[in-house]
Formats: sequence, C-alpha cells, structure tokens
Amino acid sequence: MGEAIVVTSGKGGVGKTTTTANIGTALALMEKKVCLIDTDIGLRNLDVIMGLENRIIYDIVDVIEERCKLGQALIKDKRFDDLTLLPAAQTSDKSAVTTDGMQKIIQELKQTYDYIIIDCPAGIEQGFQNAIAGADKAIVITTPEKSSVRDADRIVGLLENEDMDPPKLIINRIRNHMMKNGDMLDIDDIIQILSIDLTGIVLDDDDVIKASNSGEPVSLQGKSKASVAYRNIARRILGETVPLQSLEDEKGMFKKMKKFFGIRS
Amino acid sequence: MLEENQTITIKGTKDGLTLVIDDRGPFEDVIDELTDKFSEYSPKKDEPVVPVTVKLGNRYINDRQKQQLRELIGNENCFKIEFFDSNVIHRDEALTWKEDSDVKVINRIVRSGQILENVGDLLLIGDVNPGGKVITSGNVFVMGNLLGIAHAGANGDRDAVIAASYMKPSQLRIADYISRAPDYESEGVYMECGFVDEKQDKIVIDRLQVLSHKRKDISGFERRMLNG
Repeated sequence: MGEAIVVTSGKGGVGKTTTTANIGTALALMEKKVCLIDTDIGLRNLDVIMGLENRIIYDIVDVIEERCKLGQALIKDKRFDDLTLLPAAQTSDKSAVTTDGMQKIIQELKQTYDYIIIDCPAGIEQGFQNAIAGADKAIVITTPEKSSVRDADRIVGLLENEDMDPPKLIINRIRNHMMKNGDMLDIDDIIQILSIDLTGIVLDDDDVIKASNSGEPVSLQGKSKASVAYRNIARRILGETVPLQSLEDEKGMFKKMKKFFGIRS
Repeated sequence: MLEENQTITIKGTKDGLTLVIDDRGPFEDVIDELTDKFSEYSPKKDEPVVPVTVKLGNRYINDRQKQQLRELIGNENCFKIEFFDSNVIHRDEALTWKEDSDVKVINRIVRSGQILENVGDLLLIGDVNPGGKVITSGNVFVMGNLLGIAHAGANGDRDAVIAASYMKPSQLRIADYISRAPDYESEGVYMECGFVDEKQDKIVIDRLQVLSHKRKDISGFERRMLNG
C-alpha cells in the first residue's frame, strides 16, 4: 500500500510543480515506484517540466469521465521505468474533477505505487480541495517572503481540519546573501510562525530554471545545490535522518585551513 | 404597625422609594394590592420623578411581570422603577453570566484566515499569526505571539484589555476603538497590554504592571484561576 503526498502552497509561483517533479524523480532514483499527479486542471505544467508533454494522449479528466482506463492515461517517464505521470487536462477547468473522483484514482494508484506525489494548483478553491482529497500527507512549500509565508499559514490552517498528519515544510528559493543581510525572512522566523516541521530547504539555483526548460528535473544533475537539496528531501521522506544543507558556499582547501587555525579571512 | 397579611411595604430613603414585596403569596395579590395602594394616590403635575427600587426577596419574576410592574407604578404617577433587587435569578441568566465571566482556555494556533470567536475572557495558549483574528466579549490574554488582530470587549465593553507575551499586532480593537500598527517596520514588545485610555480617548499599549492600577477588577481573573 503506497502513500499519497500532496505538494501545496496557496500562493502561486513558489515552486510546487518543480518540487513535485524533483521529489518524484529523486524517489525514483532511489528505486521506488512513483506516480506524479498534476491536478492543476486547465493550467498544466508538470508534464512540461518532466519533458513528457508530447506523449499525452489521455488525461485525468478522461479518467474521471471514464473515457479511458487509469492505466491508459499514465505516462511512463523517459528515464525511469518506475516513474509515471498522470497529466492534467488543459481544456477543461477545475470543476471537471470531484473529490470523490480523485479519491478513487488515488486509492487505485496506491495498490501499485510506493509514492503518489500530487501537484496542487495555487489557491484554496475547488482545485485545492480536489488535490488534498486523497492525500495521506502534505508538504507545504513557501519562499522566504512575507506574502508566501502568509499564504502557507492559511494552507496549514486548512490542512489542520483535514484527516491527515501535520504537514511538513519546504522553504524554497533561499538566497543566502539576502537572508544574511536580513532582507529575506530568516529560516527560524518562518518556522516560528508556521510552527510545523521543516523537511527541507532549497537554495535559489539557476540550474533549476535551466533544467525545467529542458524538461530534465534538476535532481538528476549531480552537483547543483538544488539537486542535492531535493535528493535530501526524498531521503527524509523515506525516513532517513539527513542534516540540513549548509547555506554557505563550498569553501576551498585554503580557507578551511585558515578557519582551522583560527585566522580571520 | 403593619398588618400581618400585608405583602407590600413602602419605605422612603434619600435615594427615593424602596418597595419591599413579600416573597410569599401569588403575584396576582401583589398586583391587586399595588393597584389599590396607587389608586389612593393622585399625583400633582410637575412633581419630580421619584426613583423606585423594588426588593423582591426570594421571588423570581420574569420580564413580562417586570413590565407589568413598571406600567403599574410608572404610568400616570411620578415614579420610575430603577432597579429590581431579587435574591434569585433565572438559570439561563446565570449561565450567560457565568459564561461572560468565565475564562476560556484554548490551546491552538490561530492562523491566517482563521477567526477564533468566544464569549467571556479568553486565554489563548498559542500564537495569533498575521491574518488571524481573535474576538471575545471579555478580555484577551495571549500566551504566545500576537501578530494578527485581537478584538476584546466585542459587545461594547470599553474596560476590556488585551495582553500578550509578545505583541506585534496588525490591529488591536477594544469595543468600538481600533488602533493599528505603524506603517514603519517596528519591533514587537514583550509582556505588554493594550487598553482604552479615557483621557487620550484611544487604545494605548503599556507594561503589564500598569494594569493593576488601571483595571483593578481584573484581579477577578487571578482569583478565578486560584479557585479553579
């Protein structure tokens, strides 16, 4: 029996879809069977980021309206056999999906997959209700900005009314120099306001945008900071204890030596 | 000397008349006797209005009966019932009264978009986040960060106060007063309280210690805490 995790944020543009794609890919890297669901009906993106756009034949609305079987709508990933995507419809709107329909699909997917990652649309309307309907757990994404923390707080409040575990937090798009100057909210401040467990921090990384545009999730690229961050999050989802990534840039050997001898640089 | 079976005694005091109604015997008798008593009395015009206190002893009368008495005594005469003094109150009244004076302890976080409404005093153990709101008819005490909106004395009690461990609210409201945070970025304050200052006619924020001078009756809160 698998586990359904919804990735949500309230505010748009904080990186829900990117996070969904990357956590899913990272879990698949660790040889888990993963299914990604895009519930942003009418504004689908997940397929683009995964680079699977031109393989879509049927979508989630087709499944709900019984124009096809669930298995027919699932798209197998190019890179992993155990990673599939259930795309959203681009032509319908959010009312085409019901909470019952979602629950049924997720129940069915749970039989075969270890993890089902649900990409939630922005907002708190029907689309949000649909996305969280079948989920067992939730991950709330925020950026170190006031508006996005405010919306995350609203979402956490709404999730508390649902029958699921307390949500986990990912802080996305951290810019270290701004956080140091105090121009961005501090990680501790954000946790204090939202008072939920932190499950990962992701630095603002140019590679993420490059990767999204090329349809290759960044978590496949070994070196970049964001890639490591996403893989760490996936490991935490699997239950491993992984320390938080350091925000500092990698120091050279010389600087490390200086620090070791206590010389100020 | 008073007669044995007399149910109504009228006393004059410096504050007006006191009407003592014996709590035995049916209410109809009281009405009859009062009608009797007042029919003997014909007031002169432009006599000053005399305030009357009605002492009911252990008798309970409902609103309709109160109205009946008011009409009987007040009409045509220069009397006006100021106050009904009874040893008994109705269960519902008692419950409302208890609710209004109780301290409700609530342990949660009031998040953005959430409203926590309450009657009586509210002791919130947890934060009020920006965009969250607590409303109560009594005082608000927050053991945590007050970052959102707090409304005390929502039914019009201007003596209500708002106290918090850490205070950086977006708005404080007490009865019909509203104050908001300044436009510039400011630090919050620890262990402070907001209350309506009569002289300045607005909500002021001061140290918690000030409360003991400004709102003496608030110690009722402490007393209730001690008594459980």
